[in-house]
Parts: sequence; C-alpha cells; structure tokens
Amino acid sequence: MTILILEQSLNGLQLGLLLFLLAAGLTLVFGIMDLVNLAHGSMYMIGAFLAATFAGWTDSFILGALLALPATLLVGIVTEIICLRTLYPRDHLDQVLATFGLILFFNEAVRLIWGPAGMSLPLPQFLSTSVEILPDVRYPTYRLSIIGVGLAVAVFLYVLVQRTRLGMLIRAGASNREMIGALGIDIKLLYTLVFGLGAALAALAGLMAAPILTAQIGMGENILILSFVVIVIGGIGSIRGAFVAALIVGMIDTVGRAFLPDLLRLFLDRAAAATAAPAISSMLIYMLMAAILVLRPQGLFPAPGK
Amino acid sequence: MMRPASLSSPSNLAAALILVLLALLPLFAELLASPFLVTLFTRMLIYAIAATSLNLILGYGGMVSFGHAMYIGIGGYVVGIMASHGVHAGWLQWPLAIAISALFALVIGALCLRTRGVYFIMITLAFAQMVYFMGVGLEEYGGDDGLTIYNRSSFGSLLNLSDKRVFYYVCLVLLVGALYLVHRLVQSRFGMVLRGSRSNDRRMQAIGFPTYRYRLTGFVIAGMICGLSGALMANHNEFVSPAMMHWVQSGDLIVMVVLGGMGTATGPLFGALAFLLVEYLLSRITEYWQIIFGPLLILVVLFARGGIGSLFDMLEGRRRG
Repeated sequence: MTILILEQSLNGLQLGLLLFLLAAGLTLVFGIMDLVNLAHGSMYMIGAFLAATFAGWTDSFILGALLALPATLLVGIVTEIICLRTLYPRDHLDQVLATFGLILFFNEAVRLIWGPAGMSLPLPQFLSTSVEILPDVRYPTYRLSIIGVGLAVAVFLYVLVQRTRLGMLIRAGASNREMIGALGIDIKLLYTLVFGLGAALAALAGLMAAPILTAQIGMGENILILSFVVIVIGGIGSIRGAFVAALIVGMIDTVGRAFLPDLLRLFLDRAAAATAAPAISSMLIYMLMAAILVLRPQGLFPAPGK
Repeated sequence: MMRPASLSSPSNLAAALILVLLALLPLFAELLASPFLVTLFTRMLIYAIAATSLNLILGYGGMVSFGHAMYIGIGGYVVGIMASHGVHAGWLQWPLAIAISALFALVIGALCLRTRGVYFIMITLAFAQMVYFMGVGLEEYGGDDGLTIYNRSSFGSLLNLSDKRVFYYVCLVLLVGALYLVHRLVQSRFGMVLRGSRSNDRRMQAIGFPTYRYRLTGFVIAGMICGLSGALMANHNEFVSPAMMHWVQSGDLIVMVVLGGMGTATGPLFGALAFLLVEYLLSRITEYWQIIFGPLLILVVLFARGGIGSLFDMLEGRRRG
C-alpha cells in the first residue's frame, strides 16, 4: 500500500510538473501582455508532433527533442508576429475568438500534415528502463526524468525571472506595461520573446508527454483547460502560484483517481463505489477550484500590482 | 450606444424575411426533392435557439461564458435518460430538461459570477469541462459512446415529432419564441440593469442595484433556454453523447453570437445560419475545412466586429448617404 502511494504521488508530481510548464507560459503571457491565449495547447501539440518527426529523422529521442524546442519557439514567434500582436489591445472576447480560430487552424494543419492517426514517440533504450527508488520498488526512469526536467525548468524560470535583466523586464512589464515602454524598452521585442518562451515551455511539456500518451490531434486541449484551473487556483500572473497550484492539481487528480474507489468502498457498497468513483475523481479538481473561488477569489498567490 | 430598436431597421427587416423564408423551407425542400434540407435547417434552428440564449448573457450582459454548450448536453441527457427508462412524455421531459439546466446554471453561475473578465472565461470553461467528464462518467448511459434514443418525445396526438416537418416547425416556433422572450427581457427593467451592469457595474451598484443577483438571474434564464435547445437537439439526433457539450461546441456558440452581432435582437439568428452554412459549404469543398474556417474567424474578429446584423444596417446607412 505505501509503495502504491509512493508511486501514485510520483505520478501526481509528474503530471503537476507538466501542468506547470504549460501554466507558466500561459500565466506569463497573460500577466505581461494581458492576452488570453487558448492556442497555448496547440504549441503543446505541435511540440509533440515535431519531436516525433525529428526523432524519426535523426533516430534519436534527445536530438528530436532538442530540435523540436527551437522549432516550436519559431512557430510561436511567427504566430505572435502575424496574428496575436494585433490582439493585445483588444478585449478578452476578441482574444478568445481569435485564438479559438487558431486552435481550429492548428488542429487541422496537423491533421493535414501528419494524418489523423497521431504519432508515437519511441523511447531510447536508456530511458525505457526502471530504477530502484527504494529497496524492491522500481519506478520508470523516463517518468523520473520528466520530474527532473520539470524541477530544473522551475529553477531555471525562477532564476530567469528573479535574477536576470530579462526577468527584471518581465516583472516590470507585468506590473506596468506603459511605463517600461516609456522607459525606452523595446516592448514589442519583449512580448515576442515572452511568447516564444511560453511556446517553448509548452512544447517541452508536449514532447515529454508524447512517449507516454502518443502525439494526438487535440492533445493540448484537455491539459490546457487543466492549466486554466491551475492558473485560477494559483492566481493569474504569478509563476509561484502556478507552480504550487500545478503540483496540488496534479497530485489531487492522480491520487484521487487511484485511491478514491477504495476510499468510497468504506462508505458505499462495491457497485455504487465503482460507478461513483470515476465521476467524482474527475470532478475533484473542479471542486477544489470552486472552493478556492469561494474562499480566495483572487487565487492562492495573486500577482502583485494586479 | 444602445439605440432604441427600430422595428423597420434593415437588420430587423432582413430577419423577418429570413423567418418567412424559413417558414416556407419545407415547401422548397419538397419542390427540390431534397428532404435533407429540412434536417440541415432544423439543426440550424436549434443552434439559433442556443445562440439566442447565449446572446442574452454574452451580448447584453457582457458575460463571456465559455461553457454554454454544457446546457445542450444537460438538456439532451435529461431527455435521453428519461427515454431510456421508458418515460417519453414531452410534457415531462422538456420541463425537466429546463429545470435541471436551471439548477446547474444556478450553482455554476453563483460561483463563476464572483469573478470577472478573464477569470470568468476560464472558470466557465472549466466547469463545462467538469460536466463533460460527468457525461463521460455516466457508464450506465453509454459513457463516452453516448446513448441512442429510440423514441422521440411524445406529445400524445397533438404533435408527432417523428414527422420531420412537424419537428421543424416546432423548432421554428420555439426559436421565434426565444428571440421574442430575449427581446422583451432586454427591453424590460431587468434588461436595463443587465445592460447597465455590462457597461459599468460599479455605477449600477452605487445607485443601489444588487447587480450580482440580476446577472445570476440572466445566467440562469440563458441556461434554461439553452437546456430546451438541448432537449430539441437530443430529439433531432435521436442520440446524446458527451460530444454535444465538448468545449469546441461552446466556442462555436460564441462564434455564432459574435458573427451575428452581439447584443442585437436578431443577431443570433444570422449568426447561427451563417456559421452552419459556412461550415456546410466549406466541408463540401474540402475535408480540411477548418484550416480555412480558423483564419476566416480570425479575420472576422480583427476586421468585422459588428457582425452580420450591423453589415445590413451599414449598407442601408451608406445607401442613404
């Protein structure tokens, strides 16, 4: 039992870190450009498909992943320059509609290029093993490495935002956009960079999820809505909030799905527990979101100056 | 900015013309020997009812609800689940579909309306996703695969909904009813408060209106009308599945409202017809129709915000010079 709990907690941590990679990009783009970007999930999907393609060409998972990141960054930057840039001053409804259009476009483009079937991304030998995390407890190496990469990115983002000049501009942009423009910062370039960074983070999440889930059309949408839940819980515009909330959501979702059936069996008979558990466990995180809305509508860690 | 609605404005005349044509449609279909037209347009009418309900809160109330398709699913599932238990009476099914939708709208609206702006968009989307997964979780009623309805709602000997033309006219009458209801609501004192809270909520509160309650009432009424459209949709498809409330459907409804012209009495009618016609025509040109539709949508958002209704009025204005 304790072994199962450990395994499921690690799985929850892993889902949480993937969610964080998406939510961080979303919340940065929202905090700085005031843009609701539904098409963020498309970058997740494109990252996965590009990684699968490049891995096929180069015969190497690592090379494929390393090529897919700048490629998706490029896709993100082009999208920003062609379409999203004009949306910053518009109201949120316009942004929702236009990025909704982008999703339709990207989904169909992926179907046109890669076909409707989706693509698998095979793992290299050294990652498809498992390691002994405790005596006699083995855990897949690949899932552990997702956790490692996720944590590393979180640290990288922390250093980037808190300790570098670019991060200073990002924070300044989040609290007062007009002012840093007036101070002579090329705000357009900053926006493009931030958007590209968000796209690359989403792509990283997508390509890491691809070996487990296979790359599929529309794969980014469910996880996008989950990352909205994360952002609402964490507080819009706050990376720290996104990190904490992502871990909470990932953990509750995974652990709930794994243990709720057993837990319900304590109160209900077997048949009722078996039917109620999947429904309730898929609702858990939304209930959490509802509770946060009642108790702390601004989220756990509201960004300063908002 | 809200001009008093003139009955003879070009967009209203166009709407009246379209409604007359819609009333004659089954005759055209007969003449052209293409009964498929009736099916296609029934679908349009049902979506127009859903869009009309969304227009009440989105267009007039400024609430960007990204979860409106959830009521289509809820209304549909009420009909489907009752039918699967042998309850076919429409007098029971439809009011219950509306009542359950109202209940969901009340709970979800009470939570969502505590927030504004972008939070509201994300939260309505998230709750709709929750309801979607509830539908997937209904294992006894088909889960992901959905539920086939073997008998349409029955209204005794009064109406035979299995007759496609009768069903078409029922939808048309309900659409006209929904358009009229929303129009009257918006013109009423309630509607004034709703519109006022859209332009300046703080001021409305300052002069003493508890706008939260008004907005919540609007949210629930919109949910009820949309729940009815869900009951119609279940009858139309003779099938319900979680796909009816997929989040893309909610997006489509927003597109219809904006395409037709937000906050205009007849906009949802134009919007739903135009959206589904474009979808139908594009999907005949290419299987990959969304690759054209997506960018088209972006262009409409960037350059034609007023929607189709304002287009008619603009043409009129230009003609008058």
